[in-house]
Amino acid sequence: MVSDVTTRKVDLGRPRARVPRGVRPRDGAGYTAFRVANAALLLVMCALVLYPFVNIVAQAFSSEGYINSGQVNLVPRGFNLTTFQVVMSDDMFWVNYKNTVVYTVVGTAIAMALTTTYAYALSKKHLKGRTFFIGVAVLTMFFNGGLVPNYVLINTLGFKDTIWAIVLPNAISVFNLLVMKSFFENFPDELEEAAAIDGMSTYGIFFRIVIPLSKAVLATMVLFYAVAFWNSWFSAYLYMTDPHNYPVTVYLRNLMAGVTSGTTVAGGSLDNTTQIASNVQSVTMLLTVLPIVCLYPFIQRYFVSGVMLGAVKQ
Amino acid sequence: MVSDTAGATSVVEPRAPQRWPGARSRPPRLDRPPRRTWRQALARDWRLYSFLVLPLVFFAVFRYLPILGNVVAFRRFRPGSSIFGDEWVGLYYVRMFIQDPAFWSAFWNTVVLGGLTLVVVFPLPVVLALMLNELRSRRFKRAVQTISYLPHFMSVVIVAGMVFQLTAAKGTVNQVITSLGGTAVAFFQDPDWFRPIYLTSEVWQTVGWGTILYLAALTTIDEQLYEAARIDGANRWRQTWHITLPGIRPTMIVLLILNIGSFMAVGFEKVLLLQNPVIYSTADVISTYLYRVGIVSNSVSYATAIGLFEALIGLTLILSANAISKRTVGASLW
Repeated sequence: MVSDVTTRKVDLGRPRARVPRGVRPRDGAGYTAFRVANAALLLVMCALVLYPFVNIVAQAFSSEGYINSGQVNLVPRGFNLTTFQVVMSDDMFWVNYKNTVVYTVVGTAIAMALTTTYAYALSKKHLKGRTFFIGVAVLTMFFNGGLVPNYVLINTLGFKDTIWAIVLPNAISVFNLLVMKSFFENFPDELEEAAAIDGMSTYGIFFRIVIPLSKAVLATMVLFYAVAFWNSWFSAYLYMTDPHNYPVTVYLRNLMAGVTSGTTVAGGSLDNTTQIASNVQSVTMLLTVLPIVCLYPFIQRYFVSGVMLGAVKQ
Repeated sequence: MVSDTAGATSVVEPRAPQRWPGARSRPPRLDRPPRRTWRQALARDWRLYSFLVLPLVFFAVFRYLPILGNVVAFRRFRPGSSIFGDEWVGLYYVRMFIQDPAFWSAFWNTVVLGGLTLVVVFPLPVVLALMLNELRSRRFKRAVQTISYLPHFMSVVIVAGMVFQLTAAKGTVNQVITSLGGTAVAFFQDPDWFRPIYLTSEVWQTVGWGTILYLAALTTIDEQLYEAARIDGANRWRQTWHITLPGIRPTMIVLLILNIGSFMAVGFEKVLLLQNPVIYSTADVISTYLYRVGIVSNSVSYATAIGLFEALIGLTLILSANAISKRTVGASLW
């Protein structure tokens, strides 16, 4: 089944249910103790994983006095929303937030166009030169030009302070490319053959048959790329000189750099002039991760299945 | 449409290769399609080839051009010169970094940090996957998985922000220390603390997501093996040791090889965000050093020479790890 790839439940457990009751020996006391300890340990681990998030939320809603005297851990103290007002009244925050959205949307669109077409062509086993074209992509997983030559190249191309410096150099992720290629390879030939007999060209088959039937895997790829663009900061940090072009991640980074080195933040126009308070940082972090954390429970299984799809076929 | 037949055949033909002109005189080879010249291939599949054009331009410009750009390691680069530099200077820059004590400090920091990451972070997903595998409640297992994958989706800037927040003067970590009777620590003023902090944040962010491939490998283990072992009287521990671990060994080896390959490229972005000049003695790694030299101070050729050296070490490591694993355990990447 084609559209089934990502909707299929990825069950990662050993299929215990199939073991008949009588076959499984009764657990010894030692094993029962182990299972309890195991579950307890996993619960502690979950708490530790979640704690930094809880701490951010608690600080975001707390007043600064409580934070600076070290009284805010799990629950907000001195609950207030003024920090949110301070952050949200900063025009630069919104300019940068909008930039993140634009970079993510444009970057994902370009990446999807290039990845999908390349993967589709590579999935055709009769294509002459296919091995070479696959090699061109796979080789770049093991060799890369390195930071400085890339930097010189982007400057030479005149991409500095433009969106192209962010979206173009990261347009194809070879991992995503290979996942899509293996997906298209498993696409049933009969559908495409039937369309070809009906007189459709490769373009017609690709846009009207293959794409509509690959929505699930395309959605997975969109998520992979979108999260990567949303989270990226270093290309922007490297190539953007005008604060109006920063994405929100660089805004946050500058805020943090201000905190840690004790100087005031560059590019920020916040009311408090002496030092960027830690609760401002918490609020900015909260607003930056919010879209991902809110979408995460719904999209998580797509990521998992995408990784499995890539891993199984390689 | 006449031109459409070319596209149409490209899909239909491979199933019936003997009908292709030119192959007719030879006995039909059913196992693989007949060889075609480039002219025939282009005439037949030009639409498919048109799909390749833009991605190939992408790879040429943004992947292969920078690789060629590494020649500036052996050429002088002045502002305004082409990306390949001006004139040959031989090994001038290589000699320069070999004599540079700051480079060697960064080099050994990289080796230590990469080694610690490999020793501490690499085995943990296996342990976590085995722990998850012992859970009987599907719902609990799924909840643990969902929670433990979450940090993987956080931007490295967010992770750095969390680290700063938790290790702040009055942050949670110092609160715990003082409540246990210790004195608060200025974590980012003390070089000794950088490695533990980096490793902890790495564990937090990567261990959950790292279990996915192991959990997938665990599902492929034949349940009959466990039944046979139970009949032979093996307890859970022995089953894990003799069946589960050998079952996920190929996955472990492939991931180990890949990890060894990225050994020298320790989380550059995270280190860059977490470091400050006070703790450079442990926190400066090759990639951050060459960032400061090449981009902040603009010594392009010098930094490229260092980057090339780092890349060659990475390549040597992955190739030798692969060769060793191929010879000893028969598993390899390709």
